[in-house]
Amino acid sequence: MNDETPLLSVTGASHRYGDRYGCRDVSFDLWPGEVLAVVGESGSGKTTLLGMLAQRLALDEGSIRYRTARQNVAGGAREDLLDLSTLSEREVRRLWRTDWGFVHQNAADGLRMHVSAGGNVGEPLMANGWRHFGQIRAEAEEWLRRVEIPTDRMDDAPTLFSGGMRQRVQVARNLVFGPRLVFMDEPTSGLDVSVQARLLDLIRSLVSELGLAVVIVTHDLAVARLISHRTLVMKDGAVIESGLTDRVLDDPQAAYTQLLVSSILQG
Amino acid sequence: MSGPRIVYNEGYLDEQTKRVVRRALLKGVAIPGFQVPFASREVPMPRGWGTGGVQLTASVIGPADTLKVIDQGADDTTNAVSIRAFFEKVAGAASTTRTDHATIIQTRHRIPETPLTEKQIVVYQVPIPEPLRFLEPRETETRRLHALEEYGLMYVKLYEDIAKYGHIAKTYDYPVLVNGRYVMAPSPIPSFDNPKMHQSPALQLFGAGREKRIYAIPPYTDVESLGFDDFPFEPQRFDQPCEICESTEVYLDEVLIDDHGGVMFVCSDTDHCERTLTAREHDHITEVNA
Repeated sequence: MNDETPLLSVTGASHRYGDRYGCRDVSFDLWPGEVLAVVGESGSGKTTLLGMLAQRLALDEGSIRYRTARQNVAGGAREDLLDLSTLSEREVRRLWRTDWGFVHQNAADGLRMHVSAGGNVGEPLMANGWRHFGQIRAEAEEWLRRVEIPTDRMDDAPTLFSGGMRQRVQVARNLVFGPRLVFMDEPTSGLDVSVQARLLDLIRSLVSELGLAVVIVTHDLAVARLISHRTLVMKDGAVIESGLTDRVLDDPQAAYTQLLVSSILQG
Repeated sequence: MSGPRIVYNEGYLDEQTKRVVRRALLKGVAIPGFQVPFASREVPMPRGWGTGGVQLTASVIGPADTLKVIDQGADDTTNAVSIRAFFEKVAGAASTTRTDHATIIQTRHRIPETPLTEKQIVVYQVPIPEPLRFLEPRETETRRLHALEEYGLMYVKLYEDIAKYGHIAKTYDYPVLVNGRYVMAPSPIPSFDNPKMHQSPALQLFGAGREKRIYAIPPYTDVESLGFDDFPFEPQRFDQPCEICESTEVYLDEVLIDDHGGVMFVCSDTDHCERTLTAREHDHITEVNA
């Protein structure tokens, strides 16, 4: 499979809450190494979209296809765009272990709060069959170092960490097993501005270093500007504008996007 | 008046219930280590005192059986004595304290020191059948983890122990992998006893009455205690012999003997201790006479 094929391809995806659409008719392609920001005000369907992509919410209409090799097929190292709804639960969970990460807005949702930072980062490795304590620990230590957690805090539980540190542990936990696609739901919104900036910087450098594809949901246009290549603007459950981030933010076409961009305080 | 006023069905439980339990047992034996749900009944003891074990024993016992009940290795504790008396009364079974005479051994927290045989059934009383329980609180999720064979979480617990204490500190209810497939809680037996489960000739049945689960290990099944490549499972060890019968390689209890902190270490398996002591005294007498 060559680079002409997207990693993730979404067509007409919709999710309904009762008879109301939380998110309607969203289509986009995501290529390896690309960072896609989804912006919009609260209630615009950003998190619903992410939930659908991450297989946590049912896909009521449309399809989501992901580039992967189906297991148990004879001679099947060939990768194909597979409709996620056709995969078994076992296969989806395998993708979560090996290919996908999810960074929650609230670090407590994505971490085991009473397991040490090292254990949290080591868990995905153990889930992938690592059975050598020394190697697991070395790898976890390396990743904690990369997200700037001091080594002597490695055996402390995240309950003893500050919000920014928890979020960085969560990032490490989601990158340690070498995923290809990471979903991020407002990863910086609970943090104060200086910590936000450092975390974004960190995410940006890791993403470019590892060539990750990222879908990042945020209500903060500055976050989109800083780390994303492309942006989707959502309102009332629909995508109203999409394009290169710089284009969308510097030359907004839709009226709502113009309003959104102009509402940023200019220094 | 003649005869007792209440006549219990053989083995206390009614035939339908015994059938339910036996069916769950068959399933458990067919899928070693898999937790089979069953409708746990009331038995005349509080939950948490071995109701699961009692229901299993009641379903497999008959008048031809000889029952031994041990509680933390001892045959003479209240619970052990009461359960033996109960089955003498309701099943007409004989009872014994000798491991080698028993056909059914109901146990809490120990496996006897005397090697088991093919003619024996061991019934374990289990408080918490789910090995992943304290790591993952959701029952729906733990069942899924078992179904999909995702046991990374179990290793997180072991990882934490090594990171904190430098070795795996869990010394009882030490998780095992049964027949290369299911991770199982062996009930709170000391890790000292874990190796006895591996390729045991006896049938091993596990009953959790409060949690309503039955599982089993058929005879001659692989039971592997989990560990890391560089920190493999190590059963507990004792440096000294029993202070009564001088046995070595047995599990010892620490017994307080005075108000000044004096302790002695003695066999936890009382039957083993008595018989070893008797044999030793016998040898001694023969020696003196000779």
